[in-house]
Amino acid sequence: MSKDIYVVVEQRNGVVQKVTYELISEATKLAADLGEQVVAVLMGYKIADRAQDLIAYGASKVLVIDAPVLENYTTEPYVRGIEYVIKNYDPNVVLFGASSIGRDMAPRIAGRVHTGLTADCTRLDVEVSKYQEYLRKATNLPEEKIAALDTSDRNLKMTRPAFGGNVMATIVCRNYRPQMATVRPGVMELGEKDTSRKGEVVMVDAGLTMDDMNVEILDVVKQEKKAVDITDAKILVSGGRGVGGPEGYNPLRELAAELGGEVSSSRIGVDSGWIEKDRQVGQTGKTVHPELYIACGISGAIQHQAGMEDSEFILAINTDKFCPMMQLADLGIVGDLKKIVPALTEAVKAYKAKKAV
Amino acid sequence: MKIVVCIKQVPDTAEVKLDPKTGTLIRDGVPSIINHDDRAGLEAALQLREKVGGTVTVVCMGPPQADVALREALAMGADDAYLLSAREFGGSDTYATATIIATGLKKIGYDLVVTGRQAIDGDTAQVGPQIAEQLKIPQVSYGEELDVDGDCVIVKRQYEDQSHMLKVKMPCLVTALSELAEPRYMHAGGIVDAYQKEITVWGFEDLKNDLNPEWIGLKGSPTNVFQSFGKKPKTAGTVLDGLSTEEAVEKIMAVLIERHII
Repeated sequence: MSKDIYVVVEQRNGVVQKVTYELISEATKLAADLGEQVVAVLMGYKIADRAQDLIAYGASKVLVIDAPVLENYTTEPYVRGIEYVIKNYDPNVVLFGASSIGRDMAPRIAGRVHTGLTADCTRLDVEVSKYQEYLRKATNLPEEKIAALDTSDRNLKMTRPAFGGNVMATIVCRNYRPQMATVRPGVMELGEKDTSRKGEVVMVDAGLTMDDMNVEILDVVKQEKKAVDITDAKILVSGGRGVGGPEGYNPLRELAAELGGEVSSSRIGVDSGWIEKDRQVGQTGKTVHPELYIACGISGAIQHQAGMEDSEFILAINTDKFCPMMQLADLGIVGDLKKIVPALTEAVKAYKAKKAV
Repeated sequence: MKIVVCIKQVPDTAEVKLDPKTGTLIRDGVPSIINHDDRAGLEAALQLREKVGGTVTVVCMGPPQADVALREALAMGADDAYLLSAREFGGSDTYATATIIATGLKKIGYDLVVTGRQAIDGDTAQVGPQIAEQLKIPQVSYGEELDVDGDCVIVKRQYEDQSHMLKVKMPCLVTALSELAEPRYMHAGGIVDAYQKEITVWGFEDLKNDLNPEWIGLKGSPTNVFQSFGKKPKTAGTVLDGLSTEEAVEKIMAVLIERHII
C-alpha cells in the first residue's frame, strides 16, 4: 500500500533551498495526521552530507541518489531518479517546491507514472476537521457545505489559488498514487531545526548514467547581481505606478533601510524596467507575507494582491481613495507618497535616535 | 522544419474586475485572448521560420469559440491551424489535456513543439512538460531565447538565479516565457487571409482510435476539484483622507510603534 510523505529536495550548487525545509516542516504535520513518516529524496553529486539537515527539520529517512549526471539540474536524469523512487518505494504523497526546477520536473514525473499533480499549492490538509476549520475562518463557503464534508476522507486536499487568487480550489487525486503537489516557496511555515533528531540515510542506486541526459549544457550564465530574497523580509516597502520612475524607488529604499526591510515592486515597475524582476510581488512574481507591507502608489490589481494579501499588516499610501489596495489595507492613507514617505523616514530616524539615548 | 505551436484561449485577466459586494470575479463581457506566453512562443516560431524556413502550425484545444484565437494566430502568420474540440474533452485536467493535445500532435507531425510556459487562468505550467512526456521527447521549459543549429535547438533556459544555454536535438518541446519574443501585430492583409484559410477541427471521433478514452475529460482526469470557494472578504481597515503630511506620518508612526516594528 502507498505509504509516507516524500519531499523532493531542491538543491542548487549543493545548497539545499529553504523551500525544502518548509516542505519538510509541513510534511511532518501531515505525516502525524496520517500516522506515516517523512522521507526526503536528495539528488545531486557529492551531496550525501546534506542529509543531516533534512533530518534535523523532521525527515525520518533520507534517500540519497548521488550521481555525476545530477551535478547540474537537467530534466530527464532528475525525473528518472524520482521515477525510480516512486516505482520502488510506493509513496503516498510526493511534494516539490513550486520553483522553476520543481515545476519542470513534477509534471513530467506525474505524466510518466500516470498520476495527478496540483500546482502551486498554498495549503495542504489530510484531516477534514482541520480543513473545515480553515474553510470557516478564511473562506466564504456556507456552513452547511462545510459541515457536509465527509470527515473520514483521508486524501490529500491540495488548495491553490486560481485567477490571481480570488477563486480558490481544493484539488484531490482519489484514484491514483502518489498524490503529488508543488508548493510555492515562502508559503509553508518553517519548523524548528533540531540537530538531535535521528534518522536513517539510505544510498539509492537508481542506475543513472551520463546517457540519461538528453540536453547538453553549453554554458551557465550567472546573474551578476546577487538575487535578493524579498520573501525573507519582515518589512517590505513596495512601489507601484505611483512612484513614477526608477528614481521614485529611492525614497522607498531609504525608508526600507531605516525599517530594516527590503524594497519590492508591483508588476508595472518591473515591466517598465524601473526595478529588478526578483523584487516583484504578485502572481507572476513572489508570494510574500511580511509583518508589514507598505504599498506605495500601488492600486492593487488582483494579480498583485495574490502575492501579498496575507501580509500581517498592510499600509497603503495612495492618492486614489477608491483603489482596491485601499480596500485591502489595514490602514490606508490618502495622500502623496512623495511627501509622506520621506517625512516618515525622517520620523523613524528621529524616533530611533530618541530611543537610543 | 515543422514547428507546431500550442496555444490556449484565456480570459484577459487584466480586464477582470471584482464584484465589490461578493468579492468574486466578474467574467461577463471579459474578452478572450491568446495566452501571453503562448503568443511569445508563436512569435519566436515565426522568427525561426523566417530564418531557417519551414512551416508553423498552431494547435488549440478548447470550445468552438477558440476558433478566434486560431484565426488571430493565422493573421500573425501561421501556416495552418487545428482546433481540438469535443464535449468529451471538457473538464480535462493537465494530464488529460496533454493526452489529447499529444494525440493531435502525433497526427500532425512536428520537429519542434512550442508551448507557453503557463496560462494566466490556471497558472499550472504543467501541460507543456506533460505533452513532452506523452510524446517521449526532451523538454526545455522557461525558454527565454530560442535558436536553431542544424538538427538541434539552442535554448536559454531561465532559473531564479541563473540561466543555462542548452542544446537539444529535435524533435523536442520548448516552453516559452513571455520574454522570449515580442509578438508582432496582425496586419490587415493577414486578417483577411486568416478568414479565408481553413481551420481543421478534430473532435473525439477523429482522435479516439489514437488515445485511451478512459484517460480524458472530467472522468479520465487524475485530479478533481474537491471544493471551490472565494476568500472571506477582509474586515474593512481604516482609510484616512484629508490628512496633512505631518498628521499622516503621526498615524503611521503610531502603528509602527504599536506593532513593535520600531
